[in-house]
Amino acid sequence: MQAYSAWNLFTHALRGHKQWPEAWRKRAPKSGYDAIIVGGGGHGLATAYYLARNHGIRNVAVLEKGWIGGGNVGRNTTIVRSNYMIGGNTPFYEWSMKLWEGLAHDLNFNVMLSQRGHMILAHSADQLHAFTRKANTMRAHGIDAEILDRDALLREVPYLNDAPDARFRFHGAIVQRRGGTARHDAVAWGYARAADRLGVEIIENCAVEDFIVEGGRIKGVETSQGTIRAERVGLAVAGHSSELGRKLDLELPIESHVLQAFVTEPVKPLVDHVIAFGAELFYLSQSDKGGLVFGGSIDGYNSYAARGNLPIVHNVAELACAVAPCFSRLRLLRHWGGVMDMSMDGSPIISKTPIDNLYFNGGWNYLGFKATPASGWTFAHTIANDAPHELNACYSLDRFRHGVQLDEEGTGPFPRLH
Amino acid sequence: MLRINCPFCGLRDHHEFTYGGDATVERPALSERSMEAWYQYVFVRTNPAGWMQEYWQHTGGCRAWLVVERNTRTHEIGATHLARDRITEVDRG
Repeated sequence: MQAYSAWNLFTHALRGHKQWPEAWRKRAPKSGYDAIIVGGGGHGLATAYYLARNHGIRNVAVLEKGWIGGGNVGRNTTIVRSNYMIGGNTPFYEWSMKLWEGLAHDLNFNVMLSQRGHMILAHSADQLHAFTRKANTMRAHGIDAEILDRDALLREVPYLNDAPDARFRFHGAIVQRRGGTARHDAVAWGYARAADRLGVEIIENCAVEDFIVEGGRIKGVETSQGTIRAERVGLAVAGHSSELGRKLDLELPIESHVLQAFVTEPVKPLVDHVIAFGAELFYLSQSDKGGLVFGGSIDGYNSYAARGNLPIVHNVAELACAVAPCFSRLRLLRHWGGVMDMSMDGSPIISKTPIDNLYFNGGWNYLGFKATPASGWTFAHTIANDAPHELNACYSLDRFRHGVQLDEEGTGPFPRLH
Repeated sequence: MLRINCPFCGLRDHHEFTYGGDATVERPALSERSMEAWYQYVFVRTNPAGWMQEYWQHTGGCRAWLVVERNTRTHEIGATHLARDRITEVDRG
């Protein structure tokens, strides 16, 4: 496997870029591994990479039922940030942010991290006070946070709709300058390639159909490519956790919902930041190609169909125009949906399970992409040590049984409200 | 657009309705002291991939609570009836 470097780029250019080796090898499954990761999305690949890199466990297979990059890792709005307030979330997402900052060098793959700043708009004095509290919490944890007052916000983002008749006028914003976007496909490909270089086998088109459990202990999986045995199995199939959980009689506090994303026709540079509306759930950024990338709420009812419905399309379009009326003449080029694990408290689960040596990673809600590096890091630790890392101890599956949920939004056990 | 057949108002767009979640979950009797029973009721969901019975309230219409059968893979809608007609074990005492 060849490193990506200026010298290699130069020598391959002389050969017309026709001799680059494949980024990761195509594999047929062996009969057994030390560990199997079910799910070749961002989290599964990151887990396999950190198992090999941090824990020296290299005899690992990642089983992906489709192809690498075909799931939610390629369907999100690519936002990375660590502006969370409640205990547990704050240090976890900050560790993820720190890993993002070194990821391109670590993986030898340009993930195009763009720390363009992430801001959430405040539409009332009270909301700005709440954001100030959040900013103070972040700073107390050593995370950068800034409060902009109304004038500073409008100076920095002059196209916001501050007309006297605007429904939601602006009182300021909370800004995390280190937040921004990363190229989601590159994250999947980068982790896949880096894991492959360390000996991890990535097996695509390999659907897990059942599990082998002997004496309360996981022993392997039955797949569309045959039986594969392993001492340890990690599930990282967010969106479809309940379907695999059912085969294991795992009780999961999860519902599957569809979340849509949108991209407009490309325009010249306009939106310099990642901007989140404060009056309703809506967030946008501008891609390197120039399209505005919009995201909103989940559709609000259980769904395994990776396509959304018109009310959210309307809602997102209306919110876009409420933020900046100049968006109103843009045409939406594409919209698509992804199936999300919505957990009962809005926070993820990275945990041991009632079955020995079976580990669970899921329940990512809106949080999955930005969490990819820390999720892989802590899940690998959990699998390697049969015990959680200090950063994911709070994300245990049994927290619901013990009343220690992590409900950042404070909306209660209703997935459609998180 | 999902279209739900309200027994009172007829076929209406789903944005007139408010989602109420899994209708097969049964609240334990208020005298129930088992933490396990309440844990199951509040947090655990079967999350079916396929046909599901779920509550919808016609908030933009007659405000009746309905039980709607809907396929979570295809968004196809099946039978719809009034939630009050669905007498549970707990209701019977």
